[in-house]
Amino acid sequence: MKQFQYICPTTQQGVLDVINKPGTKIIAGGTNLVDLMKRGVTAPDKLVDINHLPLKSIISTPKGLYIGALALNSAVAEHELVARQYPLLAMALKAGASPQLRNMATVGGNMMQRTRCGYFYDTTMPCNKRAPGSGCGAYEGVNRMHAIFGGSSQCIAVHPSDMCVALAALNAVVIIAGKKGERRLPFTDFHRLPGEHPEMDNHLAANELIVGVEIPNNHFAANSYYLKVRDRQSYAFALVSVAAALDIENGIIRHARLAMGGVAHKPWRLFDAEQALAGKPVSEDSFKQAAQLAMQGAKGYGQNAFKLKLAPATIAEALKHAAGLA
Amino acid sequence: MKSNETVNGPDGDQDVKDTSRRNFLKQSSLLTAVALTPGTAVKAAVMHVDEKIAAVFEKMPLKMEVNGKPQKLSVEPRSTLLDILREQLDLTGTKKGCDHGQCGACTVHVDGRRVNSCLTLGIMMSGKKITTIEGLANSDQLHPMQEAFIKHDGFQCGYCTPGQIMSAVACIREGHAGSEHEIREYMSGNICRCGAYPNIVNAIQEVKDGGQTV
Repeated sequence: MKQFQYICPTTQQGVLDVINKPGTKIIAGGTNLVDLMKRGVTAPDKLVDINHLPLKSIISTPKGLYIGALALNSAVAEHELVARQYPLLAMALKAGASPQLRNMATVGGNMMQRTRCGYFYDTTMPCNKRAPGSGCGAYEGVNRMHAIFGGSSQCIAVHPSDMCVALAALNAVVIIAGKKGERRLPFTDFHRLPGEHPEMDNHLAANELIVGVEIPNNHFAANSYYLKVRDRQSYAFALVSVAAALDIENGIIRHARLAMGGVAHKPWRLFDAEQALAGKPVSEDSFKQAAQLAMQGAKGYGQNAFKLKLAPATIAEALKHAAGLA
Repeated sequence: MKSNETVNGPDGDQDVKDTSRRNFLKQSSLLTAVALTPGTAVKAAVMHVDEKIAAVFEKMPLKMEVNGKPQKLSVEPRSTLLDILREQLDLTGTKKGCDHGQCGACTVHVDGRRVNSCLTLGIMMSGKKITTIEGLANSDQLHPMQEAFIKHDGFQCGYCTPGQIMSAVACIREGHAGSEHEIREYMSGNICRCGAYPNIVNAIQEVKDGGQTV
């Protein structure tokens, strides 16, 4: 690993004052960044440790739940309020990484983690995300894990998070601090599609810091499910994952929320399928129809074409679990 | 209509007896470092980056508690907790497996929480309490989990065992050892290439069912 300078500011202002400089990176849990530094994928000159900022709280607010950016993934997953009111988030978190990693990884860091695309990690290979303009090795290469939605000729990498899929489905809001104060960004607008600039994973500016996320109150707690399909039963990234949340009254779906992981450069909300489910009776037929609708625009790139069948099956299955039919 | 596009955008060591090979390796890498220094310094001077280099090469003080003992160290910011434990404190019980957070061989407890020490920068451990496999036994009295691993044959080559045991103790303390299924899920961060999993699960279940304090 390349040498770097380490600083540990104790105030948010102290962090904002230094993070804008080129070659500077924020470190929180470090589970992804330290790995990327060991592999030479990233080589910062300066690391800014933000662990001394008071951003670990998980608190109930009149509007919902506030989770500080430095709250540990394990702390959120095990939190009583999360288990009771937002079980979808707890399930997604527990499906991610390992107990050890969840004890290190933070909510903000989880959002900022990079893709696990093999070409991104291998510095001898072309990758537009790591080295803009060098090409995309995955497009016609080893792309079994890659995107079926929203890809571009520049990049078909997927965002690896489980937590983010649940937060996208729950209409969370990201609270971001900058020099001019705070701004709020819908979670679904935080991550971006690769387009012509796959080097940019999200819309966080270099001089900004994630301070927390808010999840609005909802009526999904009784009927939500996170289903993750992967190569082994635990401790593996998703081939396809689905966060499903239903608000059901007398056997009729009032509102539905659906998001997928492992299929796009960002957590992929299934807005059309959600709309189609609203007002429908709880039934396997409704779920299968919604799943087919969700697949519009999907595209396979060779090795990952199996996801075109796996994804709708996973959506329907997750909905069945959420509705209590499975 | 809403859409997703609305936005613009191994070294097998015998801990006590066989230290000569490790010392040799340490000495030889030190000599290599000395041999390389002049070239690096010249290049740095030519590029006028000597001050920058001096700033980043500077070691930083680190105070932490390891297995109940306070430690005052001088570390490079890039040194992982794993490397500091093994190379500076000679606590080689904690193993380096993959060194990328994928195998769990390096599992230690930090302030009571299990973590991968290979992905933990030592400098970030200031003021923390670290427990390694060496800190689990009570002098000559093995920890109940160590006893159980021996009784149930919870290992073959033994390389993953320190990490497995640290994780197993945490698994019970966290309250995640309620069933075989739960144990398997909450031990999934520790890979065993010999495949001793059934015996590891048995060991954990026995300690859990025994109700001893872990």
